[in-house]
Amino acid sequence: MKKIYSRPKCLKDAIFHYCPGCGHSIIHRLVAELIDEMDLRGKIICIPPAGCAVLAYNYLDIDMCESAHGRGCAVATGFKRAQPDKLVLTYQGDGDMAAIGTAETIHAANRGERITSIFVNNAVYGMTGGQMAPTTILGQKTTTSPFGRREAFEGYPLMITDLIATMKGAAFVARNSLATPAKIKATKKSIKKAFEVQEAGLGYSLVEVLSPCPTNWKLSPIESFKYLEEIMEKEYPLKIFKDITKNKDSNI
Amino acid sequence: MSAQGKIIIDQSVCKACELCIWICPEGAIGISNVLNPKGYHPAEFIKEHCKGCTLCAVMCPEVAIEVYRGK
Amino acid sequence: MENKILMKGTDALGEAAIRAGCECYFGYPITPQNEVPEYMARRMGEENLVFLQGESEIASINMLLGAAASGKRAMTSSSSPGISLKQEGLSFMAAMELPALIVNIVRGGPGLGNIAPSQGDYFQATRGGGHGDYRIPVYAPATIQEVYDLTMEAFDVADIFRTPVMILGDGMLGQMVEPIDMHPKKDLEMPAKDYILDGAEGRPSRIMKSLILDVREMEEHNWKLKRKYDLMQQELPKHEEFMTEDAKLVIIAFGTAARIAKGAVKRARSEGLQVGLLRPITLWPFPVEAIEKLANKTSLFLVFEMNTGQMIEDVRLALNGRVECEFYGRPGGVVPAPQEVQRIIERYWLQKEL
Repeated sequence: MKKIYSRPKCLKDAIFHYCPGCGHSIIHRLVAELIDEMDLRGKIICIPPAGCAVLAYNYLDIDMCESAHGRGCAVATGFKRAQPDKLVLTYQGDGDMAAIGTAETIHAANRGERITSIFVNNAVYGMTGGQMAPTTILGQKTTTSPFGRREAFEGYPLMITDLIATMKGAAFVARNSLATPAKIKATKKSIKKAFEVQEAGLGYSLVEVLSPCPTNWKLSPIESFKYLEEIMEKEYPLKIFKDITKNKDSNI
Repeated sequence: MSAQGKIIIDQSVCKACELCIWICPEGAIGISNVLNPKGYHPAEFIKEHCKGCTLCAVMCPEVAIEVYRGK
Repeated sequence: MENKILMKGTDALGEAAIRAGCECYFGYPITPQNEVPEYMARRMGEENLVFLQGESEIASINMLLGAAASGKRAMTSSSSPGISLKQEGLSFMAAMELPALIVNIVRGGPGLGNIAPSQGDYFQATRGGGHGDYRIPVYAPATIQEVYDLTMEAFDVADIFRTPVMILGDGMLGQMVEPIDMHPKKDLEMPAKDYILDGAEGRPSRIMKSLILDVREMEEHNWKLKRKYDLMQQELPKHEEFMTEDAKLVIIAFGTAARIAKGAVKRARSEGLQVGLLRPITLWPFPVEAIEKLANKTSLFLVFEMNTGQMIEDVRLALNGRVECEFYGRPGGVVPAPQEVQRIIERYWLQKEL
């Protein structure tokens, strides 16, 4: 029997602190697999967010530089401008990227910064206990939208990936999901493409990953993955918005 | 004889999210009645029907599953 | 004869930074410091270095953090409201011990204030400014030559102590033009940058962070920073004394206010009053020792600031009640003439029968 699947080298063998069924650790593994496969450990710098994944540096065995909440794209911009031959990745949640960090995200994309952002969209603020996020869906109950999000009071889910896809500075923009093994593999493919676009210096690359948050969705892990496919993917359709290496839209 | 597979689950890190059980097309994974150090009943490889398709490993949030395939 | 070149404050600052090896500048427009990013946009471009105008001061300070994490000498400049926006980033850089230069060309405040020169940001600059228990070295130039020299020195201090360093100027210093000697930077031996991130090639990965969840570890980190600040307190204080040898009354003032006070001291001296000036060049660490020494032979200190009284607190702390200390201030961007300060000196001179 040949071993055909095992823990990527680039993942430290620490136990994840994430809740059972959380999507963060799956994404960490995908990034780690890509770092192994594309031999990026010597050139990649990751900027973890202020959020559940702030502790990503306990798991990814690469150089990491923490940023204040929402400032990932700015820290990454400064780093990449100073050291253009490095591969710079920001790993951000929905609050980090589309609430407090909206300006940093939009402007980094608009400047076509040669950085890659992985945007983990689980529609809540996880680390702080399940508050409403900019991507919380209408009707979705959270600790700060206890009656369910209402457009009259809390406005609409912010489609930041769609916004960024309209920007000339963006070279690769995709939205993926972790709902099934096939979609997890497609997510890995998108992240790999984003890294390649960055290495080719074509512009800003963004991969939004719809990810479950069982604890704050108050669902079991399995129910969360179903919710991801049945509810989240309806609100946030999966799509490669933009890929300037192939200049046509394609659905996953 | 179709390809045979085998998985090794690192039960010490399993958090009993049961995603592997849900996703396994062969029903080759169950719940162990033993408690792991974290106080979870970890997933357990119970049947020999495993084809080594790796779906469980791709799904596992704890990266706890190694997959083997072949004779 | 040294070859002196006529330079404007903002340009001297920019040129000094480039000659000090600054490779990245991040900034955002705000009067009265716009000429710094404008100068840097041109010069950094000519030198093929990094210039980037951020979308906000918050973005700029975080770009600075990223560049510093990569090991490059980097700087940003702004003015009062912009520096307020940068305080979170400053606290992060202090916690992560990242070297960089931050320039504050102070303007009238608080709030939107105005664009006239002021010293209203003294507390913000010298008390750490952002959240948490930290300090940063703060230099207050009073001449264009000092703007040039202190900018270069700030980069060295930043690398030696691994800390952000601030230069506190004001709109007047920025616009003023004076002949200066644009000497090359001192080539001091800098500590190795073995902490920077450059890709974990054949080495363990490095983490730059300020999140320290374990309280004992956080306490130790605080004490580590404190030991560093104590070291700075010993090594960095800098001041200038003018006619203090026989002075009964000594004015304490920094930056533009010190220039005005110097004029007042000369006028008062011409009237036969034994008056002198002590000018702190480092606002933090504050030149406590210099003031303590002067206290032995000075009857009265008069603190003059272009604010409603901030440095006075540090002077009183240094004097510890041993000598009387009065205050005269003009906040809001007002730049009084030396004669005005001279009259204040004469009034105290008579009242206190010096």
